[in-house]
Amino acid sequence: MSRNLILGALLSSLVLLAALLSFFWTPYDYAALDIPNKLQPPSIQHWFGTDHFGRDMFSMIMIGARTSIAVALVAVGIGMTLGIPLGLMAAARKGTWLDEVIMRGNDLVFAFPSLVIAILITAILGAGAINAIIAIGIFNIPVFARITRGAALSLWEREFILAARVSGKGAARISAEHILPNVANLLIVQGTIQFSLGILAEAGLSYVGLGAQPPTPSWGRMLADAQTMVSFAPHLALIPGLAIIVTVMGLNLLGDGLRDWLDPRIRVARA
Amino acid sequence: MLRYTLKRLISLLISLMVASVVIFMVIEVAPGDPASFMLGVNAQEDTLVALRAELGLDVPKVQRYFNWVSGMLVGDFGTSYTYRTPVSQMIADRLWVSLPLALYALALSTLIAFPAGIYAAARRGKPGDLTVMGATQLGIAVPNFWFAMMLVLIFAINLRWFNAGGFAGWENGLWTGLHSLTLPAIALALPQAAILARVMRSSLLDILGEDFMRTARAKGVSRRQALWRHGVRNALIPVLTIIGLQFSFLLAGSIIIEKVFYLPGLGRLVFQAISARDLIVVESVVMLLVFAVITVNFLVDLAYAAVDPRLRSRT
Repeated sequence: MSRNLILGALLSSLVLLAALLSFFWTPYDYAALDIPNKLQPPSIQHWFGTDHFGRDMFSMIMIGARTSIAVALVAVGIGMTLGIPLGLMAAARKGTWLDEVIMRGNDLVFAFPSLVIAILITAILGAGAINAIIAIGIFNIPVFARITRGAALSLWEREFILAARVSGKGAARISAEHILPNVANLLIVQGTIQFSLGILAEAGLSYVGLGAQPPTPSWGRMLADAQTMVSFAPHLALIPGLAIIVTVMGLNLLGDGLRDWLDPRIRVARA
Repeated sequence: MLRYTLKRLISLLISLMVASVVIFMVIEVAPGDPASFMLGVNAQEDTLVALRAELGLDVPKVQRYFNWVSGMLVGDFGTSYTYRTPVSQMIADRLWVSLPLALYALALSTLIAFPAGIYAAARRGKPGDLTVMGATQLGIAVPNFWFAMMLVLIFAINLRWFNAGGFAGWENGLWTGLHSLTLPAIALALPQAAILARVMRSSLLDILGEDFMRTARAKGVSRRQALWRHGVRNALIPVLTIIGLQFSFLLAGSIIIEKVFYLPGLGRLVFQAISARDLIVVESVVMLLVFAVITVNFLVDLAYAAVDPRLRSRT
């Protein structure tokens, strides 16, 4: 196991643990106002300080981790459940109209400016965590469809697939039983990367006010609130920003590490 | 080459057509009648009808779609519901901010990424490589709007080298305009540079492992010459793809950065238009952005086919 994998797993599980723990315990009630103690810098009582309403930043960061992870995870789930079958179908019917339609559809989604469409979706359906998930999820579909198809195409040329066909299995069964398990590693790695991109996208959407709505804390909105106060209370902007960076970096390192670990060929090539 | 170009051109036109239908449909299902939005809740029914007729909202949807598309073909994007000015004029005004900003950021990103990626590849596995790679890991993880806020805190609030936001306008001179776009461009460029540097490095590493590199060295070409003359030139293809993608991303994706710096760009125009239900503006700007992305991809593909005949046979 590489250093990347260990460091990535460590950082990611730290954030995940904070998110899970927040269901049972936070140092303070994240919504409790305490105006006399507003804008406190980090201290023993408030590890990450307090915001302009005197709310405990550490508790808000913990709940915010929950929001970020939930949104990004479900968005990756949408991308996988729709994208992987599409990719498998396109590969199984390579060169036919079905393949063509799926791949052109993918290109089309890629051509749309993702952020503008996300804003549009939230404008149509209303701002909120669910709609942020849909907006981010849609752009995950072509990513998974494309990577599944690419990997599946080369598998279809292999002898063991030919053997499966000779034994009378149909394309759908071969895709599910032989192709999918062989592309799973690749999809897990890509899933980790998309997860980290989802965290960034969620932060961006909630920064412009289109993510989870108040009073649910989210890292992006904490940054938006901090913007006017950054000159006299920089910790308000520093801490949510660092939370995002730690999470995204942890997931990226985890993805890189998993790729090296799951794919022995790359390991050999690098040695 | 001509056959390939024609084939790609047809596929480009189909994509644009499908995109326009999708955009039109998505925006038409948006709740909220623009006419009642503009006139408020107390509007009389006959004024509403009159305004709908004036805005062209009273004709069937299919006909409105064709009016919209045929108008765009001759450069008429319609009239904004809220501002009553031609949409083409509004877009043109905003493009004067967004386009230079995207180009500025792209130039910065390339200027940082090329040397960093080439340096890292040349020193593969050494401390220099590890430092560059560590820095790019950080660069990819930093949300650009947070980075923008930090730039404002350091360079605008503390050092007072730049304004914290706003756009001075080009009429005050090129230097003033560029000066007010510098912090936004840096904020946009750094995360992009991190991605680009990684692509440059890995692409160059692939090339350095090729047989022709060994041949070049065996012929007596120096390490440095082999790297630059044979390595970097061949490594540019994947790098150019990413640059093409980044340009379209920068054009559309600067919405959030425009918000941080209060810049009057395309992103802010869409954002305001969506909240004011100014659907015609939203439709036209989104269509324009999609057009830009599809066209840039088309041009990148053509450029490849021109330099690398092998790619022409691929569909």
